[in-house]
Amino acid sequence: MATATVLDIDRAWDLHPQVSVRPEPFGALLYHFGTRKLSFLKDPGLLRIVQALATAPTARAACLAAGASADDIPRYARALTVLARSSMLLERSPADDH
Amino acid sequence: MTIELQRPPARAERLVDLFELGLDAPICLTWELTYACNLSCSHCLSSSGRRDPRELSTAQAKAVIDELEAMQVFYVNIGGGEPTVRSDFWELLDYATEHHVGVKFSTNGVRITPEVARRLAANDYVDVQISLDGATAEVNDAVRGRGSYDMALHAMANLHDAGMTNFKLSVVCTRHNISQLDSFKEIADRYGAQLRLTRLRPSGRGADVWDDLHPLPAQQRELYDWLVAHGDNVLTGDSFFHLSAFGDALPGLNLCGAGRVVCLIDPVGDVYACPFAIHDEFLAGNVLDGGGFAEVWRHSPLFLSLREPQQGGACSSCQFFDTCKGGCMAAKFFTGLPLDGPDPECVQGYGETLLADRGAVPRPSGDHSHRTEPAKRPVSVTIARRADLARPPVSFCEESPLAGGNLR
Repeated sequence: MATATVLDIDRAWDLHPQVSVRPEPFGALLYHFGTRKLSFLKDPGLLRIVQALATAPTARAACLAAGASADDIPRYARALTVLARSSMLLERSPADDH
Repeated sequence: MTIELQRPPARAERLVDLFELGLDAPICLTWELTYACNLSCSHCLSSSGRRDPRELSTAQAKAVIDELEAMQVFYVNIGGGEPTVRSDFWELLDYATEHHVGVKFSTNGVRITPEVARRLAANDYVDVQISLDGATAEVNDAVRGRGSYDMALHAMANLHDAGMTNFKLSVVCTRHNISQLDSFKEIADRYGAQLRLTRLRPSGRGADVWDDLHPLPAQQRELYDWLVAHGDNVLTGDSFFHLSAFGDALPGLNLCGAGRVVCLIDPVGDVYACPFAIHDEFLAGNVLDGGGFAEVWRHSPLFLSLREPQQGGACSSCQFFDTCKGGCMAAKFFTGLPLDGPDPECVQGYGETLLADRGAVPRPSGDHSHRTEPAKRPVSVTIARRADLARPPVSFCEESPLAGGNLR
């Protein structure tokens, strides 16, 4: 399993298939059954982006689809990078579109 | 392991502050499946030994798993007792993982045969914790019983040989093993396991040995420095947040999660605020009550009160209160200290003076200890004829009138 160290926001991404997401009032809890690591999304906006990844052609498109403004994108890109580093997100080929 | 957005960390947005208000479902919970155990560890937090005849049936346990799945509880920490001695343990384990509830179970290794190890290694949703409380047989067996060191290492070898990676070697830190932390790490590394250190609590039978086993103040410092040096590579179950008062907070959640993000289900279905608080004072309800586990978690008066903002009491003026939070509720309760004061092992020394003056100490609500215990030392036995008997007893068929008489 390749671990991304840098997330290219202009490519297509998705949640790792072994990651379970539980929405919470503050955002969400993420649990990775493979690495057995727990993570937190401290922002409902970030949760919407993560949920939009699977159907968006790029991570940037997922941000915009979830209602993020252009100013917010660098901040969300950093948060998505942290998730990718801990294998919560995986790059997928755009052909995998659901 | 905390993911945070890169923005100024506004004080009110720390996760611990959100978690203090509680969640709709626990992040994980501990489930003691049985009080039966093949060992009699002197510090057992659930006073285990004998099976409780009222323990949940297979069907009742599966109904609990169904609820956990519906509540999206990611995983359960299954313990006991020794959970693998339940005849339906493997059935329940498979049922949970098939229903998207991950299982991490604690075992002394008694049932981890090569065959079982291969089965566990093949299931991505299972994690195993082998308990070991000494890096040498001498230190371990003094607490966990003769032969338990070899049993644990045998189980680890089986897991390693089966290709199971990153299982846990779980150690309760005591006065006698703090000096062995490096050795524990070597053992874990040797078997491809991850080391997990947790705090000795004065719960269950632990109350009887806590005064003799809990780490001394200088050892607390040694432990803290060791944990800081090893960072995220060593797991702690977030159990050492009282050590934060030495300086920087340790990795993980610095928070008492009792009733807020964790809880305990005991073998008969009773729900307690945390695994270290098996006492009527912390009993929130039972999973067999009408509303099931969800009702207990969401509406029990005890859990709702634990989610209220807590008062620091005597600790609120301490500069470390923000990370230490006054330490462990169960440790205070079972050492007879007030719940709104310092932890008995407060590293600033505020607990020691209180301990010296403590009054009556509450006893755990249940005791499932074996009624017999192994002999503490070898008993010497010789086979010989009783010295006061000169010859074998006289048979009833003996016809001699002088039979049995001592004619010498």
